[in-house]
Amino acid sequence: MIVQNVVATITLVGIGLVAAGFIHIIIQAGKPAGAEATSKSAQTAQTLQKWLFAALFVIFIGGSLATLAQFPIAPQHSALDVKQVVNVVGRQWSWQITPSVLQAGSPVEFRVTSADVNHGFAIYAPDGRIETQTQAMPGYTNKLVYTFDQPGTYTVQCLEYCGLGHAPMKASFQVVAAKGE
Amino acid sequence: MASLTLYPNDERLAGGERTVFNLYLISALGLFVLMMLLGLTMRMAQAQWLAVAPNLFYQLLSMHGAGMVGTMSLATTAVMWFFLRKYVHLHLWAFLANYVLFLLGALCIIASIFLGGYGALWTFLYPLPIDGMGLWTSHAAALFMLGYLFIGVGSLLFYLDAAAAIIKVHGNLGRALGAQWLFGGTIDQNHPKTVVASTMVIIANSLGILAGAVVLVMSLINIYYPDVTLDALVTKNLIYWFGHMYINATIYMGVIAVYELLPRYTQKPYPISRPFLWSWAVSTVFVIVVFPHHLLMDFAQPRWLAIMGQVVSWGAGFPVFLVTAYGALANLYRSGMRWTMPSRLMVLSLFGWAAGIIPAILDGTIRNNLVLHNTQWVPGHFHFYLLLGVLAMVLALMFHVIGSRVNAPPNSSADKLGFPVYLIGGLIFVFAFLDAGRLSVPRRMDQHLPEWLFTDQLGSIGAILVVLAMLYFAVRISAGLLKADSPGGSGAPAANATR
Repeated sequence: MIVQNVVATITLVGIGLVAAGFIHIIIQAGKPAGAEATSKSAQTAQTLQKWLFAALFVIFIGGSLATLAQFPIAPQHSALDVKQVVNVVGRQWSWQITPSVLQAGSPVEFRVTSADVNHGFAIYAPDGRIETQTQAMPGYTNKLVYTFDQPGTYTVQCLEYCGLGHAPMKASFQVVAAKGE
Repeated sequence: MASLTLYPNDERLAGGERTVFNLYLISALGLFVLMMLLGLTMRMAQAQWLAVAPNLFYQLLSMHGAGMVGTMSLATTAVMWFFLRKYVHLHLWAFLANYVLFLLGALCIIASIFLGGYGALWTFLYPLPIDGMGLWTSHAAALFMLGYLFIGVGSLLFYLDAAAAIIKVHGNLGRALGAQWLFGGTIDQNHPKTVVASTMVIIANSLGILAGAVVLVMSLINIYYPDVTLDALVTKNLIYWFGHMYINATIYMGVIAVYELLPRYTQKPYPISRPFLWSWAVSTVFVIVVFPHHLLMDFAQPRWLAIMGQVVSWGAGFPVFLVTAYGALANLYRSGMRWTMPSRLMVLSLFGWAAGIIPAILDGTIRNNLVLHNTQWVPGHFHFYLLLGVLAMVLALMFHVIGSRVNAPPNSSADKLGFPVYLIGGLIFVFAFLDAGRLSVPRRMDQHLPEWLFTDQLGSIGAILVVLAMLYFAVRISAGLLKADSPGGSGAPAANATR
């Protein structure tokens, strides 16, 4: 499942529903109603509003639980039981990543910081899509834990504007198949 | 309850008021066109249809960001002033002072970028402004920040005058928000929605501007006394607290035009209600505390801040969908409204806001933000509700005002052509950004990979259409604003005007 495609699909469906609602009302706007019909439609609108509130409330609660119950960011203030640790330092305009060969199938802890300004540490998969990211900030170390499923060459691209050399601020690392595979 | 007269007498502009209001609107129109041209230049550079040097690209990006946010604030302040002055006594000097300080600030920003070479964007994230690697001096960064201070002081002056005027009439800001009717009691149907919305903006944006002032002064001290170092994360929080509220305030000022004008065009009452008051009370809190959704990828932040950022981002959808958009559509339903430029733009603005919030909410979800943060998904959603939402609200008022001068809502053949060009161009433009976000194309980047060029080219075509339409709107509205009132202008009853 590619998260970006899921999000784009939900967006298109959501915008489509909003657009359908607007188009329906715009068509109806051209058919003026008398006083009785106006009063009746006002009552219907109030009922419908309550149902819409209920539907959105269910989405709100369900969606929040589904996306937050398992918090998607690793704990930052306690030691993590992760065997592969990678130290990452961003600076205008290069990355220092050690080590640069990792194993697929087991978690990797990236300890990401910056030696100067804010940078964005984004990992692009071999197919060109972002897998995950965190910020590289001066004075702080962000711990990003990620498990790579597929071996290959992954590209790191700075995603926080950091000056003239922002676009070419790239690096790469290798993910190899887990031992025994 | 608000009158349904299309051009009521108490909105008539005369003498100094008219001059200052015209200054706001004509300046805003000119700036919108100029800033759009900068945006188009950047999209065409990304599409490889234009060659733009990297340093110039980031200067243009800094100018476009600061310029658009500032201009949107200028224009929506004019919307708030235009309607609020009917209910409370606003001083013209405060409105004019805001304009003069905006111009002073704009001059500082333009000089810092185009003379000083400043290119650390409108968000001036510490310590980039003082670490430009020789491309700009610390004085240029200081001038940019001084420009922000001028603009912020102008806004604050206007809000303080408005707050004093509102308190004089309503006793305190809580009563102006309608807090006394949240849990019961009979709501005064003459309590203006404009006062409720303006009060919310005053509370939230004054706090935001104060946060901005703190971080700007801290940064200025750091520029000239580098031994006084700042914490990058604290600074970032303050910047986004300020930036988020400043740009969001434009939506809440702009929507006043819809609350005031829509019932006049539908000729159906649009009464104030308890859900309406709840939505504004809740939005007041939400807009103040939602800013951590900009810092979801700063893992060092306390976890509760990230959770608050996500939950409040989702919650912010309720007032927009259930009250403002839904209420307006219920008002429009079977109204027999004739389609003229103000009415078209109002409906578009509600669609732009309601639809644009969907990709914004999804981006404000931590799991999604891990793959969407700082991609073109972000300009995709904020251009959706700023270009098709807030700017459409502003244009609706502008077309309404020029209609008042001739006692008929504008609806020429050229208007009828300009509107779909703006709508279609805007949709192409924002969907090109969103699709680029899906493909992981980074935002704020001068060089793009060959596989990303299609969305850049599509976005450029959309931007060309938007610029053409906006250029026409700017000329059309400016000419209309400078025209003298016809004898049957403002104050003529709705029955005499074609709505």
